[in-house]
Amino acid sequence: MTINGVPREADVWPGESLLFALRERLGLPGSKNACEQGECGSCSILMDGTLVCACLVLAAQADGHDLVTVEGLGENGSLHPVQEAFVEAGAVQCGFCTPGLVVAVADLLRRDPTPSDDAIREALSGNLCRCTGYAKIFDAVRIAATRA
Amino acid sequence: MADAPQRARGEAQYTADVLLPGMLHAALLRSPHAYARVKKIDVRRALEAPGVHAAVGPEDVEALTDEPGFFGAPVAAIAANTVEQARAALELIDVEWEPLEPLLDPDEAVRRGQLTDEPRRNERGDFERALADADVVVEGEYRTQVVLHNPLETHQSVCRWEGDTLEIYTSTQYIWGIRSRVAKQLGVEPDNVRVVCNYMGGGFGAKNDPGEYTYVAAELARRTGRPVKCALTRREENLAAGNRNATIQRLTVGARSDGTITALGGEFVNAVGWDGWIAPTDGPMQTLYHCENVRTVTYGAKINTAPMKAFRAPGYVEGTFGLECLLDELAARLDVDPLELRRKNYAHSSNERPYSSKNLMECYRRAEPHWERRHELRTRSDSTWKYGAGLASQIWYGGGGPPSYAWTRVGSDGRITVITAMQDIGTGTRTAMAQIAAEELGVPLDRVRVELGDSARGPFASISAGSSTTPSMGPAVRAAAADAKRQIIEIAAQRHHLEERVLDISDGNVVSADGNLSSPLEEIVGLLENAQILGKGARGPNPTGMQVLTFGVQVAEVAVDVETGEVRVLRVAAIHDVGRVINPLGASSQVEGGIIQGIGHTLSEQRLLDPATGTVLTQSLDAYRLPTIADVPEIVCELIDKPDEHLTNLGSKGLGEPPIVPIAAAIANAIRDATGADIHSLPITREEMLRALEAAKQKQRGAPAAV
Repeated sequence: MTINGVPREADVWPGESLLFALRERLGLPGSKNACEQGECGSCSILMDGTLVCACLVLAAQADGHDLVTVEGLGENGSLHPVQEAFVEAGAVQCGFCTPGLVVAVADLLRRDPTPSDDAIREALSGNLCRCTGYAKIFDAVRIAATRA
Repeated sequence: MADAPQRARGEAQYTADVLLPGMLHAALLRSPHAYARVKKIDVRRALEAPGVHAAVGPEDVEALTDEPGFFGAPVAAIAANTVEQARAALELIDVEWEPLEPLLDPDEAVRRGQLTDEPRRNERGDFERALADADVVVEGEYRTQVVLHNPLETHQSVCRWEGDTLEIYTSTQYIWGIRSRVAKQLGVEPDNVRVVCNYMGGGFGAKNDPGEYTYVAAELARRTGRPVKCALTRREENLAAGNRNATIQRLTVGARSDGTITALGGEFVNAVGWDGWIAPTDGPMQTLYHCENVRTVTYGAKINTAPMKAFRAPGYVEGTFGLECLLDELAARLDVDPLELRRKNYAHSSNERPYSSKNLMECYRRAEPHWERRHELRTRSDSTWKYGAGLASQIWYGGGGPPSYAWTRVGSDGRITVITAMQDIGTGTRTAMAQIAAEELGVPLDRVRVELGDSARGPFASISAGSSTTPSMGPAVRAAAADAKRQIIEIAAQRHHLEERVLDISDGNVVSADGNLSSPLEEIVGLLENAQILGKGARGPNPTGMQVLTFGVQVAEVAVDVETGEVRVLRVAAIHDVGRVINPLGASSQVEGGIIQGIGHTLSEQRLLDPATGTVLTQSLDAYRLPTIADVPEIVCELIDKPDEHLTNLGSKGLGEPPIVPIAAAIANAIRDATGADIHSLPITREEMLRALEAAKQKQRGAPAAV
């Protein structure tokens, strides 16, 4: 498989999730494990351009596919515009949900560069945050939308 | 936030990301019964399972039990190469359970005298007499449910023994508390316990103590000679990681016809669970208003449910819901404006001690334009959707206190490092501490770095709980920065043959009052070459004889669908008085986060039990309904931002908890304004809303209300 543009291989146990393989075998702990059952969105990644919860994909299923994780969003060590907007808007508190959220927002803005409030609510309602109260996440999406 | 880029990139290292060489994974066997005895436990088959290295049970670790008192109580644990192997081996532990009859009704526990502690009684004046003399008396029974912290990072620790030193990587709100608790429990010297927490994924009060996962990891690490991680699953987090206990509040208010409150009384039953403490549910009744005759009693019911833990303003969230709803029912009875009723009963001084500062009246003044909106709002109502506004006041602690220490190190390059062994619960601690040091030292913010999170690499620091991080740590950091600044100025004075009193540091330059000297900090400190300037700071005491408290008011606007019972929160105006504000962006984020968490408490969150067995039915984030971005109303945040002149060198109080305190009552009062229905129970699900609407209808018809 390709991860963040780099061909990667891993020996995995057949029942293992892609999230586990990313975090514990491939040295990519940015995607967070907060529920292990697709309820919180903290492990959101892009698989062939489609937003998925890495905890719901078997590692073996990812064979031959193209993955982008939070570590691969920014280019050459700089922040992705969505990450920049999160920092600027103060949309980060404890930050455990942030990696999944920035991937989900990047996906949203690619599909819909000027999302309405309702579109933002719809797209991000699967990404749970327990700290910020989401208000600044709205701000971050709006900031990022003006720059994309 | 200073460390937001690391968090947004996924680079911040949480306990969940700690991977040590040779690390094993632990899994916990939990009780499938709400109350049982373990008659026999045999781990031999489990020990033979693939990948398994060790097992521990009730005889090996005190945090494991052979008499589980709640569904999910930890009984045994396995360490294996992978977490899957450990979980699989749990199935091979042979346990003979003797199920016992669980007690789940808190009122019944009080009747039986099955209490966690002595009932807490607080009384002043003559409540009975004042009640008898009152022009009007309003009584009400209010209930609040069990809600769960559910931080995104579950409770977890990694333990490793290095000789006789135990290293604990843990997701905690109190590095030094973990250090002393574990040292005491294991009988080792505190200096032989090192606690590390660089980043943590939320706590909300649930991560103040070590927890069974830490003790289990420590013992399994000792037995195997390998590092062991014990991380709770989301399911375990929903079973046994702490909760805000349910309450039953039987409240009475007596008043004169002009609205003067003359008597307040409350019987509070806290459904503490199998273990825990009695949160001050009576606190708001005792302290929010001026009233000479107050009588409260609070019971801690010991029942077969998971132990409570502190949860963001414990007691006051629940108690404010009851009291502030009762006050609006009194206002309705007297036909008095709810805001006026609160002003009329304003506590100008506390019964015992003066306030260090109190600007609640100013909060009320600033609430007026938001409160005025209700007239227009109500006109939007039609036959289905009813609109209304409600308000509630807030009182809570938040002054912090000593001891806490910080160091500042100024290198010859003029860069500053703040060092303190505190933790960042995720509220922007690094940023606030960097801001305080930068301001005191007169340098740009990007020159300051904050190193925290390791008990072996910094001085003692306070707990991140009770809205105390900034008010406890900030003054120590400021004092440490001032100490370093004094030394820098001393050097500059010698170098330039000037008096110290004419020198200052501004925007990274050492400057003289007459403007003749403006020398970059690094030139002055650079004279030292490899030597460094070390500043030390300690948190001073709180003002003697004074009460340090936070205050506020929130105005909520709601729409209620009277056909389906759906409640929508449209807008919340939050006005709080927390002394000086250090980081306005971070502060407003705290307010918004508290309000949304409170909206979850008010409308959707509830841990459900099977009423017969005590089994937890809500074990996932699908069943336990946290608010999502779809639930966010318009939030207007206003902070008085007036330094508390009596409080430390900083004048700042904490803000983590105040915003969650009044929101439930503000929403419930808005619902009354919109529909005429009295809300007496949380969460206000559609069923609860429809029940309240039906009760209001019955009341209007003059029939006794169905309860």
